[in-house]
Amino acid sequence: MSDRLPGFSTLAVHAGAQPDPTTGARATPIYQTTSFVFNDADHAASLFGLQSFGNIYTRIGNPTNAVLEERVAALEGGTAALAVASGHAAQVVVMQQLLQPGDEFVAARKLYGGSINQFSQSFKSFGWNVVWADPDDIASFERAVTPRTKAIFVESIANPGGSITDIEAISTVARKAGVPLIVDNTLATPYLIKPIDHGADIVVHSLTKFLGGHGNSIGGVIVDAGTFDWSKDGKYPMLSEPRPEYHGIKLHETFGNFAFAIACRVLGLRDLGPALSPFNAFLILTGIETLPLRMQKHCDNAKAIAEFLSGHSAVASVSYAGLASDKYNQLARKYSPKGAGAVFTFSLKGGYDAGVSLVSKLTLFSHLANVGDTRSLVIHPASTTHSQLDDAAKVRSGAGPDVVRLSIGIEDKEDLIADLEQALGA
Amino acid sequence: MNHDAYPDNYIRGILNSVKSIAMVGASPVNVRPSYFAFKYLAQRGYDMIPVNPGHVGKELIGKPFVASLADIGRPVDMIDIFRNSSHIMPVVEEALALDPLPKVIWMQLGARDDAAAEKAEAAGIKVVMNRCPKIEYGRLSSEISWMGVNSRTLSSKRPPAPTQGMQLSLNRTSVGGGHTAAADRAAKNKTEQS
Repeated sequence: MSDRLPGFSTLAVHAGAQPDPTTGARATPIYQTTSFVFNDADHAASLFGLQSFGNIYTRIGNPTNAVLEERVAALEGGTAALAVASGHAAQVVVMQQLLQPGDEFVAARKLYGGSINQFSQSFKSFGWNVVWADPDDIASFERAVTPRTKAIFVESIANPGGSITDIEAISTVARKAGVPLIVDNTLATPYLIKPIDHGADIVVHSLTKFLGGHGNSIGGVIVDAGTFDWSKDGKYPMLSEPRPEYHGIKLHETFGNFAFAIACRVLGLRDLGPALSPFNAFLILTGIETLPLRMQKHCDNAKAIAEFLSGHSAVASVSYAGLASDKYNQLARKYSPKGAGAVFTFSLKGGYDAGVSLVSKLTLFSHLANVGDTRSLVIHPASTTHSQLDDAAKVRSGAGPDVVRLSIGIEDKEDLIADLEQALGA
Repeated sequence: MNHDAYPDNYIRGILNSVKSIAMVGASPVNVRPSYFAFKYLAQRGYDMIPVNPGHVGKELIGKPFVASLADIGRPVDMIDIFRNSSHIMPVVEEALALDPLPKVIWMQLGARDDAAAEKAEAAGIKVVMNRCPKIEYGRLSSEISWMGVNSRTLSSKRPPAPTQGMQLSLNRTSVGGGHTAAADRAAKNKTEQS
């Protein structure tokens, strides 16, 4: 009998979790402990030498976090995952495994403003150089590749405008360049898009957003697709060369198709230190159990609200890939047929002042710097999330002065529309 | 047997039934993958025999190396071949000359020789290719989940209490829990290229 493949909703509830062997607890316990006792000295040595699977210290791994890791790996169709303290931490840990000082990576221009900052400013001080490319012009990625390029980075659904990335086309560029494709799948979640099926080698998430889904916990995760050959040309010494701190182990040779996730854990998390609290892991896990239900409602609400806004006289334009008229609608139909996500932007005819006025008049939408909450959220990116970019970069990334970003929650859509109507109308 | 996708019960049945395992190509160097697998399986109670003509006279965690399968001098349940695909056939032929025959021939992760597998299966021997018994043990017991690895198993049953400290038991009830199709495709492409 061959094993039946469970569906997405079943994995969202079960993957990685099982009753606790000693207590029978059915919900995943919060293992709120820093450390784990060893059986004996040899067991300790085996764990430290990476010869055995097991728990040592919560900065390196924790049983609650491990359930979260396996669950996200299963939902994305990856071989393994690593949970970290935030989406930003996930990006640092990934790049630490791939880049040496002086190396480059190519990134899509349309990204979360915080990522643009992290890549262009903080990473520069590590000697990791970002080269920007335009996700609407695939050839710009090819042109950006040099012999020092070690990775390509894109968002599946791009913040803030909700544009859809042609992951397959960019994965072809990555394969030709011999570098891994990293996809930030935060705004889509694997319920809408599974980047690994389209050629991604590494997937990262801010768990803070739709995966956790309730606006209560910061977290991040790295998923290893198990698809990249780290040893073929010596470009990735962290994985292919003997590691002195582990007595000369070669991680790729030893851990095969989940070596990247292990490298992120035993070199990245261990040494950089951005461990996720087990309590946050528990809250995020609980959120993931309802991901398919929530995500569909988020998308259905977002589409209704995008349609309402595009018919409103005060609105200049709506950028939502779920609208038939949107320039990304074809890509949305291909990559994200269940819905185009729930984060999008629109611009007001009244410009900056009208945006500020709208935000102040809304009563159900919360004005704050997050997305992917059960609650509907609103922000003016130019003065907040994207404020550190210069004016040209703001416009390029879809965060011009007249743009308002919404993250649509799972309330009743009629109430959200009524709130927008009163705020726009008066 | 379909050697592209083994049912979990096939693998679990093998790991639960064999007692002795001869590892061909075992290395005494403690950072080599074969050393890791050898030690892990020994800790889980398997009677492990290291086979490597280059290391006769040495020991691997206290077990003396033998030069060949014929030199073991007693019946073995499983031959675990830690050699690449081009070196599989001679080992299988050596195994087929044993009396009694082994019950299982296992080829390590990355190793696959369909002709050799066919020959062994014709003699009534179960074959596993391109898998690691350590990883499979860790996966089916769910120990590997502690490292965030996708075990591809689901279970609503309370697993047996841990054995010997925190070692998890193989005797856990589970069903298939998803797949890693992209990784399998990548591995297949790599095998075809090489």
